[in-house]
Amino acid sequence: MYSTKYVKPNSTPEALEAIKSLSEGKFLAGGMTLIPTLKQRLASPDGLVDISGCNLDTIADEGETIKIGAMSRHVSVAESPVVKKAIPTLASLAEGIGDRQVRNRGTLGGSVANNDPSACYPSAVLALKATVHTNSRSIAADDFFTGMFETALEEDEIIESISFSKPTKANYVKFPNPASRYAMVGVFVAKFGEGVRVAVTGAGEGGVFRHKEMETALSSNYSSDSLSSLNIASDGLISDLHASAEYRANLIKEMTKRAVV
Amino acid sequence: MGDISLTINGKVETHDVGDNTLLVDFIREKAGLTGTHIGCDTSQCGACVVHLDGVSVKACTILAAQAAGSEVTTIEGIGSSDSLHPMQEAFQENHGLQCGFCTPGMVMSAIELVSKNKNASEKEIRDGLEGNICRCTGYHNIVKSVKAGAEKMGV
Ligand SMILES: Cc1cc2nc3c(=O)[nH]c(=O)nc-3n(C[C@H](O)[C@H](O)[C@H](O)COP(=O)(O)OP(=O)(O)OC[C@H]3O[C@@H](n4cnc5c(N)ncnc54)[C@H](O)[C@@H]3O)c2cc1C
Ligand code: FES
Ligand code: FES
Repeated sequence: MYSTKYVKPNSTPEALEAIKSLSEGKFLAGGMTLIPTLKQRLASPDGLVDISGCNLDTIADEGETIKIGAMSRHVSVAESPVVKKAIPTLASLAEGIGDRQVRNRGTLGGSVANNDPSACYPSAVLALKATVHTNSRSIAADDFFTGMFETALEEDEIIESISFSKPTKANYVKFPNPASRYAMVGVFVAKFGEGVRVAVTGAGEGGVFRHKEMETALSSNYSSDSLSSLNIASDGLISDLHASAEYRANLIKEMTKRAVV
Repeated sequence: MGDISLTINGKVETHDVGDNTLLVDFIREKAGLTGTHIGCDTSQCGACVVHLDGVSVKACTILAAQAAGSEVTTIEGIGSSDSLHPMQEAFQENHGLQCGFCTPGMVMSAIELVSKNKNASEKEIRDGLEGNICRCTGYHNIVKSVKAGAEKMGV
């Protein structure tokens, strides 16, 4: 790892000040993505601003939504009575991330800011019509993810919390990569009064995406039968050593069927 | 560079190290406690698992600076060769190790696992040890050891 400077401010304003004083500083949350990246010398920030002391880990029921602080660790979301009651599948999504030690450290904000094409949380953000609250604005999920590892976040912008809309029904099903536990394909289906949203992770070359065809089919008939006649195209899907684009297309349909119960 | 201070197995360790020092290197090279192992570069194997303020973590994926002021427990902190921790005894009695490389991490993960869920089923034990990889045993006797360890610990 290249040498770097470490600071741990006590508030978001202090964290913003600290990051501005660096030329290529990085926020450090759970470190489960950033530290492996630094170890492999794939990044060389001149400073790390640890945001774990900034009180960004509250989880609250706000009526129509639940608001989860960016620093909430996966284990806290998995065990939160608020999350379990309002959106149980979000708690089980968190419980299914990586392994116990990764969940003890990794955070919601880190996962969403990183937007790994195989990460689980981005699909929940997109399917649950979430709003990402940063230090300067609120961004709708549909505008947030802009491509593989790309988001609408500006440099030096910090996610403070994310509000997830409560669905009438929702389910996340993933086909995990057996080694890493990341999603080879993960599908988050959420039913709202006005229709169904289906977000797919692990599969798209541009990162997480909504599957409009399946949304339309499920909005008119919320059952796995309504998917049977759909032909899932493999265009724009990832092909790598783990799975071909065609195999992923088939997994998308299969995971969605399993999610719709 | 600068002094980083943390408590390891009840003893305060203060060392002048770079901010980029990993907790696992601080433990092994500065505190001289080599029971905590390094088995991979990808945060997947779990050979480096220690407890940080009572919570199991991969010491290869945390900076020593992040752990400053905290209490760390390593495999050396839970028992001694004269008086093994019940979980260590269980591993010994149930043939839960062969080469022993993964064992310190396995034991540290297992202790957290059973202290949160004393009646963990076989499936829960296997899921709970997802982050610990063993090249030798085929896991069967590890699961047996963890079950026996839970009973011995009487948690
Ligand atoms: C072995 C292993 C298995 C894993 N398996 C899975 C899996 O199955 N599913 C899954 O989804 N993930 C998985 N992960 C990733 C894990 O969920 C990480 O926790 C997550 O990707 C990053 O969160 P973090 O808090 O560790 O972020 P960090 O590593 O600290 O940061 C990641 C990036 O986000 C930025 N950042 C962090 N917080 C903020 C913020 N609040 N505002 C703005 N920017 C911010 C950082 O600057 C950095 O660029 C796995 C990781 C490992 C090591
Ligand atoms: S050394 Fe492999 S997970 Fe830490
Ligand atoms: S006993 Fe050899 S790696 Fe587990």
